Amino acid sequence: MYGRGLRGLAIATVLTITAAFALVFFYAPLDADQGFVQKIFYVHVPLAITALCGFVFGGLLGGLYLRTGDRKWDIRSYVAIHMALIFGVGTLITGGIWAKASWGHWWVWSDPTLTSFLIVMLLFATYQPLRFSIEDPERQSRYASVFAVVAGAFVPLNFIAVRAAQGYVHPRVLTLTGGNLPGSMRLTFLISLVGMALLYVTLWKYEMAAKATRMQVRALRRTLLGEDSVAPLKRSAAPS
Amino acid sequence: MSAFIVAVAPALPLHTAGKYVAGAYVVFLALVLVYVAIMASRLARTERELTELRRDVESRRQVDADREREPVA
Repeated sequence: MYGRGLRGLAIATVLTITAAFALVFFYAPLDADQGFVQKIFYVHVPLAITALCGFVFGGLLGGLYLRTGDRKWDIRSYVAIHMALIFGVGTLITGGIWAKASWGHWWVWSDPTLTSFLIVMLLFATYQPLRFSIEDPERQSRYASVFAVVAGAFVPLNFIAVRAAQGYVHPRVLTLTGGNLPGSMRLTFLISLVGMALLYVTLWKYEMAAKATRMQVRALRRTLLGEDSVAPLKRSAAPS
Repeated sequence: MSAFIVAVAPALPLHTAGKYVAGAYVVFLALVLVYVAIMASRLARTERELTELRRDVESRRQVDADREREPVA
């Protein structure tokens, strides 16, 4: 079910990301202020946006689990948050590299954007230990979904709070009034963002397909060979 | 503090900036590759389980067939 359309999606992702990177290095002009280092913007910011959207997506899916009680929503929520965490780690590392190149420091605690993103990451980093600490699968799903909904709602609130803050060194290039990115940079950024979003969806579907296949194999073994033939699952943070 | 950092951070020359830009893009690619490698190893495990399952089902079918062929005393 999840594997359907995965090949087409993967091809679209590879093409879009390749096109985006080609635009970054051969089309987008050098930034007048930061020069070549600004090229990191096209990988760092789409990663950050995708990670934050992934956390919200995980929260929405968690809400669907709480509403329906169907475990497929819990698995989807788990994978969405798992993927967003990976994208978040990418954001922190690429952001650190950019900060070092641009500001001379790997991390600037006084910048609300950096610190708030770290808080969101640390918050969601507790998602898996929370799951692991609960043995009963049903309770695990329920508590994890409540956490996903609350933490997911925290993400846009956090974003608004940071936007409202005054003292920041992070440039504001994307605003509702158009921002200050020139056309060629904006186009490159948008294609990078689409590429990153496609990558997220592809990897999400890929992991969902892998999990669904594994569950089907276990179910088949149970049906064909009996309950005893299936080794009991070890305690895990992942839904089973 | 913030204004000071921006003020003392002029654009880096290409030869200095290049390693940072390369580092950021390599980190991104490495992250994707590591993830795909982990997923590939999980896929291999599922394939192994599927092979085992097929073997178990075959051997059980063989046992059932042998039992049916045995003459009733």
